[in-house]
Amino acid sequence: MTFARKFLAVVAAVGVVGMALAPAVSAQTVVGVTATEIKIGNTNPYSGPASAYGTIGKVIGAYFKKVNDEGGINGRKINYITYDDGYAPPKTVEMVRKLVEADQVALLFQTLGTPPNSAIHKYMNQQKVPHLFVATGATKWNDPKNFPWTMGFQPNYQTEGRVYAADVLKNHPNAKVGILYQNDDYGKDYLKGFEDGMGEAGKKLIVMKQSYEVTDPTIDSQIVNLKNSGATVFFNITIPKFAVQAIKKAHDIGWKPVHYLNNVSSSLATVLKPAGLEASKGLITALYMKEVTDPQWRNDKGFTDWVAFMKKYYPEGALDDQANAYGYNVAILMTIVLKQAGNDPSRENLMKQAASLKNVELPLLLPGIKVNTSPTDFAPIEQEQLARFNGEKWELYGDMFDAFRKN
Amino acid sequence: MEVFIQQVVSGLATGGIYAALALALVMIYQATDVVNFAQGEMAMFATYICWSMLNAGVPYWGAFLGTLVLAFLGGIVVERVVIRPVENAPILSIVIVTLGLLVIFNSVAGWIWTYVQKPFPSPFPSKPLKAGNVFFSAHDIGEIVVTLLVLLCIWLFFKFTPLGLAMRAAAHNPVSSRLVGIRVGWMLALGWGLAAVFGAVAGMMIAPVLTLEPNLMGGVQIYAFAGATLGGFTSPGGAVLGGFIVGVVENLVGTYVSFIGTELKFTVALAMIIVVLLVKPTGLFGISVVKRV
Amino acid sequence: MMSRGTRLVVVLLALAVACALPFTLSNFRLFQFTQVYIYAIAILGLNMLTGYNGQFSLGHGAFYAIGAYISAIMMDRWNVHYGWTIPVAGVLCLVVGFLFGLPALRLEGLYLALATFSLALAVPQILKYFEHWTGGSQGLVLSKPSAPFGLPLNPDQWLYFVTLAVLVVLFWLGANLLRGRVGRAIVAIRDNHIAAEAMGVNSALYKSLTFGVSAAYTGVAGALSASAIAYVAPDSFNVFLSITLLIGSVIGGLASISGAIFGAFFIQFVPNWAQDISKAAPWAIFGVFLIVFMYVMPFGIAGAIRLLWIRARRSRVAQVPESRETAPTQAPTSS
Repeated sequence: MTFARKFLAVVAAVGVVGMALAPAVSAQTVVGVTATEIKIGNTNPYSGPASAYGTIGKVIGAYFKKVNDEGGINGRKINYITYDDGYAPPKTVEMVRKLVEADQVALLFQTLGTPPNSAIHKYMNQQKVPHLFVATGATKWNDPKNFPWTMGFQPNYQTEGRVYAADVLKNHPNAKVGILYQNDDYGKDYLKGFEDGMGEAGKKLIVMKQSYEVTDPTIDSQIVNLKNSGATVFFNITIPKFAVQAIKKAHDIGWKPVHYLNNVSSSLATVLKPAGLEASKGLITALYMKEVTDPQWRNDKGFTDWVAFMKKYYPEGALDDQANAYGYNVAILMTIVLKQAGNDPSRENLMKQAASLKNVELPLLLPGIKVNTSPTDFAPIEQEQLARFNGEKWELYGDMFDAFRKN
Repeated sequence: MEVFIQQVVSGLATGGIYAALALALVMIYQATDVVNFAQGEMAMFATYICWSMLNAGVPYWGAFLGTLVLAFLGGIVVERVVIRPVENAPILSIVIVTLGLLVIFNSVAGWIWTYVQKPFPSPFPSKPLKAGNVFFSAHDIGEIVVTLLVLLCIWLFFKFTPLGLAMRAAAHNPVSSRLVGIRVGWMLALGWGLAAVFGAVAGMMIAPVLTLEPNLMGGVQIYAFAGATLGGFTSPGGAVLGGFIVGVVENLVGTYVSFIGTELKFTVALAMIIVVLLVKPTGLFGISVVKRV
Repeated sequence: MMSRGTRLVVVLLALAVACALPFTLSNFRLFQFTQVYIYAIAILGLNMLTGYNGQFSLGHGAFYAIGAYISAIMMDRWNVHYGWTIPVAGVLCLVVGFLFGLPALRLEGLYLALATFSLALAVPQILKYFEHWTGGSQGLVLSKPSAPFGLPLNPDQWLYFVTLAVLVVLFWLGANLLRGRVGRAIVAIRDNHIAAEAMGVNSALYKSLTFGVSAAYTGVAGALSASAIAYVAPDSFNVFLSITLLIGSVIGGLASISGAIFGAFFIQFVPNWAQDISKAAPWAIFGVFLIVFMYVMPFGIAGAIRLLWIRARRSRVAQVPESRETAPTQAPTSS
């Protein structure tokens, strides 16, 4: 078979050339940065069942456009490349490899979702590419020792769970607690934080845990069971769609527990109003951002700036969607890191700058909440404030909870 | 006992949601022999149209009727424009086309109306009703009544109108139907139109409970399939009953079988359907079509 | 139809190109091609069942998930070499598929499709339930295998060759199976099971065996994907995976071996093109692609190529089935 021999020769030849070329690529020092541009990569679910989050990727793009219109950062424009991963980890791996290997981005920013980020966690750290401010509330992103290239952003769900547990132990030490949680990483993280926070007392106080799947149409049955368990405190770990149902159903069947609602569903316009303001009265949540549909912020500078920005750069985005405020905040944080990096936009320095943020304030964070990081602390926002709904707005109460200080 | 009754009642309410969409699925299967995976998304889209009208100030029942008319026309247009060209293609090719429609409707709805969930009004009073210690909402009852009314309409339509008869004939035996002068193509379009109407009714009954968003129907359609499979795809009444059974059984399993709990209740409901199918391969009330080979 | 000789040339040429790719493409592209091969194996499995045997399955994502998790758990919990996990995943999926195929015998068409759909829905939930083994919703993070014996290949190149080798073996086995006596029996059952039984074909046995083999192929693909992605989680195996596999098999061409490869290319690359066109509504573009493909090629890509080939040769008139009843497929012979 002459064909086979020729073929092998070609294969061998191409192989030798390929291997000779390989080291040349990695020897390049400042990947993804030129004198006029810095490339930032992102993945978001623009399609599929989690597409509601896709607006975060879009609002970030809109903010970077604003930055570019105003001249960019340190003379460089941001080239923001975002791909759709449909919230499917295999697709995230593919798209992130495309960003890192083909598009050669300087860093990865705000990739969304715990499972998608878990899939690329190791890869990013092997490649030594900054994996900054990931959009998930899991705890594992704060692990600078083992994963020095990955950093979280928002307060993690476990911390928030502990905030509620502390409040329960303090104000309702003899309560019977019922919990409803979404059966996935998000729900289980909240649950773990809460149970850890309750400690030994939890074993006695927590009388019932009910789960639901994100594909379930309703959660009526779970609410009925929780009521029947005799629970006097209800910890509600649900996304907005189910939070509306839970608040409504509890009200309809005459169950009036002390109701802790996770931050994820704290929106006035999309959760509390649809559920009924009367039924929502007395809800307790932990906040770290200004809730954009809460009337108390109507004349706040951070809020009005955000509205002006939305109208100009992202007019199709919804003004009652907290996700758009979230994306705005985190995009601003990113630009702060870029500014700090100054004339050294190497990956090492970008990571170093991200890990040395000191008391940074963002326009839509609650007053008093500041971003802080250090080489041993990769959790930028660790403060939260409890708030109670008074039928009209969220009323802040109690001390500011600071996970970093307490640990 | 009280819990049991409360669980059954809420199971019926949830089952009513499944039943409403299951009817639309069965309708189109009856009329065209196709399973339309885009049925739920078409219903969601119609509900958004209704929402837009309400938002523009149209009174509820005006918007309701307007939506039904638009859904009917929309269903016909979809059949004529999208399904017609693949009418004679293999059945799975048609299924792929309906999957294409599914993603289009879902994506376009998100694009037009964003993914922010919107409250949708119910035509029924919002005050919860109470019988003894068992609570239920007026909307749940209203929704079940509406579903049963739609079922009655379908039954009357197929049983007593010549048009219904022609539609059934066109679906069962297109060739002979054509020979006796039935315009088979238009019968199929009519089937799509009517299914879209029933879907729209379902959407407008479901949205007040689940709040309106582009993924409103994702989960519901899965359960509607389960209900229709259980009851039989050839029987509208069976499909409705199937929806109710799935709703109630799932609740009871989740409540009373502790090692399954809420984490596996859907799996158990699915397993139950498979078991039923093994005994009755065409569902509880389905008729197996006798084919000449 | 293509003659044996032409077919051999085409296959060898394709294989030569496939072997040269690792030395010409970037690692990222290689990874994409590895994905294509994995999908192709899974789709061939589905094709055997749905295309050749006429049993509709909307649940092959379940077998893909089972294969992936078997491989992942063996690697993660018992440190088994990945090479061993692939055949184990295949065998276990064969058993699971065969067992599922037995009751499925009683179901036809739509009802079978929906029963398998239930399986696809239930598997992620079950995976989350057995958290101790599966890591629950957090999933399992794995390591990417590297080349053994000091071969001068990077992990992407190595994995590509492993996948290609598995693909070649499975396609060769599949082609022999489907073109031989067994294949004729399988197709005969699809076309007319009563006549097939009258000719002495044990319909029940063949149908459940086809189910088993089909599941085994898809399971092997899943096991390969666990190593390629180096991560498994319930979110990777949702309902859309099953639907995607079905789309691949129909778009590629049912009852066609080469169709599995075309379909795999479609489901790997077309969604990417869709999002390049529009980020605002990538699914809408993908949906339009699906519909247009079905208009232009109602019998899939393989079917269209076959028609073109026939027209070009003008030696025979294209046979297109007309009745819907027997029409999940085109003519049983295939390229």
